[in-house]
Amino acid sequence: MTNYSITGATGEWEVVVGLEVHAQVTSNAKLFSGAATAFGAEPNSQVSLVDAAMPGMLPVPNAECVRQAVRTGLAIDAQINRWSRFDRKNYFYADLPQGYQISQLYHPIVGEGAVEIDADEKAGIPVPKTIGVERIHIEQDAGKLMHDQHPTMSYVDLNRCGVALMEIVSRPDMRSPAEAGAYLAKLRQIVRYVGSCDGNMDQGSMRADVNVSVRKPGAELGTRTETKNVNSVRFVMAVVESEARRQVDLIEDGGTVVQETRLYDPDKNVTRPMRSKEDAHDYRYFPDPDLLPLVLEEAFIEECRASLPELPDAKRARYTGELGLSAYAAAVLTADVETARWFETVLDAGAEPKAASNWVTSDLFGALNRLGKDISESPVSPVQAAALLKLVSDGTLSGSLAKQVFEIMLETGDDPAKIVEDKGLKQTSDTGAIEAVIADVLAKNPGQLEA
Amino acid sequence: MSVDSATVRKIASLARIAVTDDQVEAMVPELNNILGWIEQLGEVDTASVAPMTAVIANTLRLRDDFVTDGGVREAVLANAPANQHGFFGVPKVIE
Amino acid sequence: MSNLTEPGIAAIRDGVRDGEFTAREVAEAFNTAVAAAKPLNAFIVETPEHALAAADQADKDRAAGTLKPLSGVPIGMKDLFCTKGVQTTAASHILEGFVPEYESTVSQKLWDAGAGMLGKLNMDQFAMGSSNETSAFGNVISPWRANGSNRALVPGGSSGGSSSAVAARLCPGATGTDTGGSIRQPAAFAGIAGIKPTYGRCSRWGIVAFASSLDQAGPMARSVQDCAILLEVMAGFDPKDSTSLDLPVPNWEAGLNSDLRGKRIGIPKEYRMDGMDPEIETLWQQGIAWAKEAGAEIVEVSLPHTKYALPAYYIIAPAEASSNLARYDGVRYGLRDLPEGAGLQDMYAATRAAGFGDEVKRRILIGTYVLSAGFYDAYFTQASKVRTLIAQDFDRAWGTCDLLLAPTTPTAAFSPGEQSDNPIAMYLNDIFSVPASMAGLPAMSVPGGLNKDGLPLGLQIIGQAFDEQSVLNAGLAIEQRAQFAARPDKWW
Ligand SMILES: [Mg+2]
Ligand SMILES: [Zn+2]
Repeated sequence: MTNYSITGATGEWEVVVGLEVHAQVTSNAKLFSGAATAFGAEPNSQVSLVDAAMPGMLPVPNAECVRQAVRTGLAIDAQINRWSRFDRKNYFYADLPQGYQISQLYHPIVGEGAVEIDADEKAGIPVPKTIGVERIHIEQDAGKLMHDQHPTMSYVDLNRCGVALMEIVSRPDMRSPAEAGAYLAKLRQIVRYVGSCDGNMDQGSMRADVNVSVRKPGAELGTRTETKNVNSVRFVMAVVESEARRQVDLIEDGGTVVQETRLYDPDKNVTRPMRSKEDAHDYRYFPDPDLLPLVLEEAFIEECRASLPELPDAKRARYTGELGLSAYAAAVLTADVETARWFETVLDAGAEPKAASNWVTSDLFGALNRLGKDISESPVSPVQAAALLKLVSDGTLSGSLAKQVFEIMLETGDDPAKIVEDKGLKQTSDTGAIEAVIADVLAKNPGQLEA
Repeated sequence: MSVDSATVRKIASLARIAVTDDQVEAMVPELNNILGWIEQLGEVDTASVAPMTAVIANTLRLRDDFVTDGGVREAVLANAPANQHGFFGVPKVIE
Repeated sequence: MSNLTEPGIAAIRDGVRDGEFTAREVAEAFNTAVAAAKPLNAFIVETPEHALAAADQADKDRAAGTLKPLSGVPIGMKDLFCTKGVQTTAASHILEGFVPEYESTVSQKLWDAGAGMLGKLNMDQFAMGSSNETSAFGNVISPWRANGSNRALVPGGSSGGSSSAVAARLCPGATGTDTGGSIRQPAAFAGIAGIKPTYGRCSRWGIVAFASSLDQAGPMARSVQDCAILLEVMAGFDPKDSTSLDLPVPNWEAGLNSDLRGKRIGIPKEYRMDGMDPEIETLWQQGIAWAKEAGAEIVEVSLPHTKYALPAYYIIAPAEASSNLARYDGVRYGLRDLPEGAGLQDMYAATRAAGFGDEVKRRILIGTYVLSAGFYDAYFTQASKVRTLIAQDFDRAWGTCDLLLAPTTPTAAFSPGEQSDNPIAMYLNDIFSVPASMAGLPAMSVPGGLNKDGLPLGLQIIGQAFDEQSVLNAGLAIEQRAQFAARPDKWW
C-alpha cells in the first residue's frame, strides 16, 4: 500500500485521485469530417464546413478512429462493446461551433479495463498496483481560443475542432502524486506501443483532467475537484499535491470543498477555478440523431486484436526471461516503443541480447544524451550498431576500440567495417597509432560532439 | 411536473435566449399548458420497451481515413460577422 | 399553348422535348407569374436568372440531343435547402443574409437533372409551424378562399410557400420537407399532392436541420405523376449523410399503376376521433370507396398508440431542435447582436433572443427542459419508448395490410390568427401525419375533394418502409377517381 498522506492540523489525510485522459487518436482525418489533423497548420485552414457547423452539415464517422479505440481497449484488457452509440453533450462556448460535442455517455465503445503500474520503491510505490479503467469513449476535440491578439476580442481557430479523442476514464484508484504520475506514464507508454496516439503531451495530443479529493483514512469519499487539461506527468503530480494540500487547508479552516472545474497554473504551481465552466453543469446529453448505433462485428474486433503489437509488460517479461536481461535493462529498453523497436532491430541484425542491451543502455544512450537527440534521430542505425557489436564479439575490436569507432560512426555515419578498413584498425596493441587516427577524424569534424 | 418563472429563467439561460420579465411571465402558463398536455405519455406502460435508436433499422456506416476536406478557409469565414485575420472574432473570453 | 404556367412537370418535360414550346418560354411565364404574386408572399428570394439559365441550357441540350430528366422544368426551392450563392434563411431573422458556400445534395440533384430555380420559398421559421405564420418574412397566404369570402387563409405549413406557390401556378412543383407533416398538411390545405418518402431516401445534407431523426425532404406538385418524377431525382444514397439509405432508387414514374387489385388497404380505427369534422369523415369514406373501386381489399386495423404520437413528437422534435439550433450563436454566420460591453455568453443570449421567432423559442425551451437534468428519463426516454411502440403498431398492421388510408388533416385551411395563440390547437393539425413520421414511413397526401366552403381536403396514404411505389400507386388510383379539378380563382 501507498503510505502517502497529507499531514494537516487535524492529522493525516488520504488523497484520492482519478484521471480522465484525453488522447488524440492518430488519424489522417478528423472524427466526423474529412479535414486534416496535422499539428501547427495556418488558422482555420484544416476546417471543413462540417467542423464549422454550417447549417445542414452532417457527421460521418472515421473508421480508423473506431479501430484505434478498440485496439486501445484490447491493450488494457477491456470489455469491447459490440453496440455503442454517440451522444451529444450540449453547451455553449466559442470553441464549440455546433453548440454540442459529439461524445459517448450512455453506451461507450470500450468498457471496464485495467492498467498495471509498476513498483517504484523510491517514489513510494512498494508493489505493482492495478488501476481500474472505467471506460474509453470516442469524442470530438474542441477548437482553440487565442486571447492575446486583440484588446477586446478573442480569436477562434477551429483546426483542432473535430479531431478524434479517446477519453480514457480511470477509477478513483490512485492514492498519491506518484501513482497518478505512474498511471499516466504507463497509459502513454501503452498508447504509443499500440500506435493509437502519439503521446506528445507538449503538443496537447495527450492531456489529463485530474480529479482530486481528500478524506480521513477509511472515511467516505470527499467532494472532488477536476483540474482540466494538465499536459505533463510532472504537472499531474504537482496538481495532485497542491490541490490536495489546498483542500486539506480549506477543510481544516472550516471551509468546504466545492465540486468545480479548475485550471492549473504551472508558473505559480497552484490551481484556480475555471470561470468559463461556471454554469455548465447541465449538459443535456441525448443520443445524436444524425448518427446510427455503432455495431462492431466479431471479425473486426479479432482483426484489431491480431494487429496489436507485443505490449510493454509482455515485452519486459520476455526480455528478463527469454533474453536473460536484468530487470533494470528490460525496463529501460521497453520504456518507450521506439527504443524497444530500435533494440529489437539490433537483435534482428544478429547481435547478442546482453551485449546489445549493455551497449544500447550505456554507449548509445550516453551519446544521444550528449547530442540531445532522440533515439529516432540517432546518427547510427541499428544495423550499424549490430555490425559494431559483431566486430567486438569476433575479436576484431576491443571494447575500448569499439567505443572509439562508435565516436567516428557518430561523426561520419559510416559503417564500422568501413572505418576499420579505411583506418586500418584491427585489434592491436599499438594503441598510440589508433589514438592518432581518432584524434585526426575528430579534428576534421569539430564541434559536433559537444552539440 | 410544471414550471415556475425561476425554472423558465433557468431553461432560457441554458438555451442562451435572453428573456425579459414580461416574457417569462407569459411563458410560464404557455409552457405549462404544453407540458401538461405531453404528460399524458406517462399513461403508457413502457417498462419492457426499448427506446427507439434508429427509425429505419440500419447501423452506422464508417468512412475511410482519408483527408478529403478542409483547405476552404475562405468558405468557412465567408459569412462571419467578425472575420479577424483568418480567425472568428468573439468578445474577449476569460478562461 | 397559351399559358405556359398551366402544364405540370410531366407536360413541361414532354412539351420541351417535343418542341411544343421552349424551356425559355416556360421559365419566362413562371418568372412573370412569380413577380406578379407578391400578395401571396410565397417567395423570400426570387431567382429568375437561375430559372432562365437552366432553361437556356435545356434548349441547348434539346438541340444537342442531351436532354436530362428535368430539362426545362423550373421549380421552387423551400428556403430550408442551402443553395450556393443564394441567401438561405429557414425563414428566420437569425440567418438573414446568410449565403451558403455549398449546395444541398437534394437541390444539387435537381439542378444536375436540368431543373431551374424560380426562387427560395417562404416557410414556417425553421420548419416549425403548420400555418406559415412563424416566418420572419411574413405570413404566406393561400391562393384559396372560401366560397363567397375574402378572408385570407393559411397555406398550411411548414412547407406553406411551396403549397401556395404550386396551387397558384407560380411553379409546377416545389421541394418541401416533412418532419411531422410539413409536406402533407400544406399539400392537403392547398389542393395539391405531396409525398414524404421513407426516412433516409433523400439526403439531409445541406438542409437546415429541425429534428434530425424525423426530417425528410420530398416533392410537392399538382399530380401524383409529377411527384414521382421529382422524387426520383431527389432521392438517392448520399455518403455525406450517415442516415442515408444505401438503396437503388426505383423508377417510380415508370412503375405507376392505379390498379390496386391484390392490395389490402388498412383503415386505422384510432384515426376516427371524437368530434371529428363530419366532412372529413365523409371524405374518408369516399376514399375507401375509391380504393375498393380500384380493386383494393379494405381491412380495419388498429394502431393503438396513435393518440400518443403527437405528444411524443412534441418531446422528441423540440429536444432535437434545441440541440440542432445551438449553432445559431452569432459567431460564424448570420445575425450577431452584441450589446455594449457584452461578453461571449451575453452575446449568445442577445443574438438568439433577437434572431429566433416566438414559436422557435418556445420549442427550444421545451426541448431544453425535457433534456435537462432530472427530466430526461421522464420525458425524452419515455417518448423514445413510445416511439418504439408506434413503430411496432405499424409493423403489426403490415401483417394484415399493405397500405393505410386516412385523412391528411382534421380540418380544412383556417385563417391566419385563428389558431396562432393556442399552440396545442396548432399542433393538432398534424395529428394524422405525425405517426408515419415517427415511424419513418413513406406517406403522401392527394387532393380528395372540396368541403362545403369550397376548400380542398386531402387523403393520406401511408406505406411500408421503402415502398413508395405502392403509396404512389394508391395515390394515383384516388387521383383518377377524385378528378380533382378545382383551382383557386386568381385574386392576387
Ligand atoms: Mg473531463
Ligand atoms: Zn472528454
